[in-house]
Amino acid sequence: MITLYDYELSGNCYKLRLLMSFLGIDYKTVPVDFYPGREHKSEWFLKLNPLGQLPVIEDDGLILRDAQAILVYLAARYDPSRSWYPLDNPALLGEVSQWLAFADGITSTSSAARLHDGLFYDFDIDAARAGAHRLFRILDEHLWFGEQQGRNWICSASHPTIADIACFPYIILSEEGGIPRQDYPAIRRWCDRVKRIKGFTVMSGVFPAGPGKIAA
Amino acid sequence: MTKCLDPVILNLWHPIGAIAEAVPGGVQDTVLLEERLSFALNADGEPVVWRSRPDVQGPDRVPAADRLPARSTYGYVWTSLGSPPAELFPIPEYEEPDRRKLNAATFGVNVSAPRAIENFLDMGHFPYVHTDILGVEPHTEVKEYDVEISVDRDEILATRCRFFQPMASTASDGGADVDYVYRVPHPYCSVLYKSSPVDEARRDVIAVFLQPVDQEHVRAHMLLCVLDEDNEDKVIKRFQQTIFGQDKPILENQVPKRLPLDPRAETPIRADKSAIAYRRWLSQKGITYGVIPVAA
Repeated sequence: MITLYDYELSGNCYKLRLLMSFLGIDYKTVPVDFYPGREHKSEWFLKLNPLGQLPVIEDDGLILRDAQAILVYLAARYDPSRSWYPLDNPALLGEVSQWLAFADGITSTSSAARLHDGLFYDFDIDAARAGAHRLFRILDEHLWFGEQQGRNWICSASHPTIADIACFPYIILSEEGGIPRQDYPAIRRWCDRVKRIKGFTVMSGVFPAGPGKIAA
Repeated sequence: MTKCLDPVILNLWHPIGAIAEAVPGGVQDTVLLEERLSFALNADGEPVVWRSRPDVQGPDRVPAADRLPARSTYGYVWTSLGSPPAELFPIPEYEEPDRRKLNAATFGVNVSAPRAIENFLDMGHFPYVHTDILGVEPHTEVKEYDVEISVDRDEILATRCRFFQPMASTASDGGADVDYVYRVPHPYCSVLYKSSPVDEARRDVIAVFLQPVDQEHVRAHMLLCVLDEDNEDKVIKRFQQTIFGQDKPILENQVPKRLPLDPRAETPIRADKSAIAYRRWLSQKGITYGVIPVAA
């Protein structure tokens, strides 16, 4: 069975819990005391991941780190529909990879702001917030133009991909870093769509979508 | 924002950090009531607290005159910017040797301390915010409970609180009606007693000690003092962090951030009895910091 080395309040760990919930995969969790215990910097954990970062998974003897890399692996291996990571569509795969890298940018800005405010990390909070707003503006425009063309998801497909999962957690948690989303209506609508995907699960600080509007 | 001028708050003991996370000799910087403070444990493990200044880099070099009052109680370093009382409020259960005593976490929250206390006292939100853990629909009723302001002990006591909880703690193996007692023995601290799943005669103790950074920001220190022989520390901490992480966005979205003390400012329901008593108690004490006082 897949083992996930996990911290409940980590958005990067949540990405994997989300995908495994969408795919209906069973897994077991090894809790890591990221805060306040800093167990991700402990000797035993550094043997798993010398970078000292969560998440890590173990599956059939394979040890893999990095949320985006693990999303790729899990979707490629366990999604029989091949929609979350569309292996048969090179153009779409390229888009997915592009937005996975973008998600890393969201982590280094929006997640950093949240770590600063909530867990007292010594980061440049103004730079983190400004960086997140810049990325949110780009994504909001991208999603808005997509909606005009009938596209609901980040990549050019009729279904969500792991790019949506990778971008979602640190956007939905952005207010914990003092980054409001009032100015990003297309992002807010997209967040609601993600929350309505079958199998969606929450983490601490994320609430389920409200009841949907009945079409008039 | 001006610094704190509230004499009641200035004269209180305030928590500033967990002993378990202090590195011997290592200096930690923090903010209390808009003042920058530094603290460290000295060679004897005793806490030393002082107003931060660049020429003082360690606990042994702080001139006696520059030291602030300091004590180590319930696993935390406490200090005061005024003249604090000789004793901190009692938690007798903390001395019981078979309890697990942990700092679940210290989290920064964008909220006033009194708003955070009120949320801690509220049972009505359990099924909606802590779904499948501390509550679940349709068990949403807050049953009648008792609240008193104890004059002798100068604290608020809410008793006979009961709530159906699907998973009251890490030691639970299913849903149960759980008894709660809440104490507010300090304007910014509250202590909760809830039925222990492992011993019918005893209660788990969970306390929240709020460090006011300024009027609208706190560092929330969460003390666990529980009966659980099976789970690792990190599993017990994770449970409490999960709960707190669910409260955080609710707390941070409250408007106004400071707690209005005018009884007409917000409309309470019966379930808010303890909150009503808390607001009245803060008013009686003349507290102005972190609240919107009743207009004169």
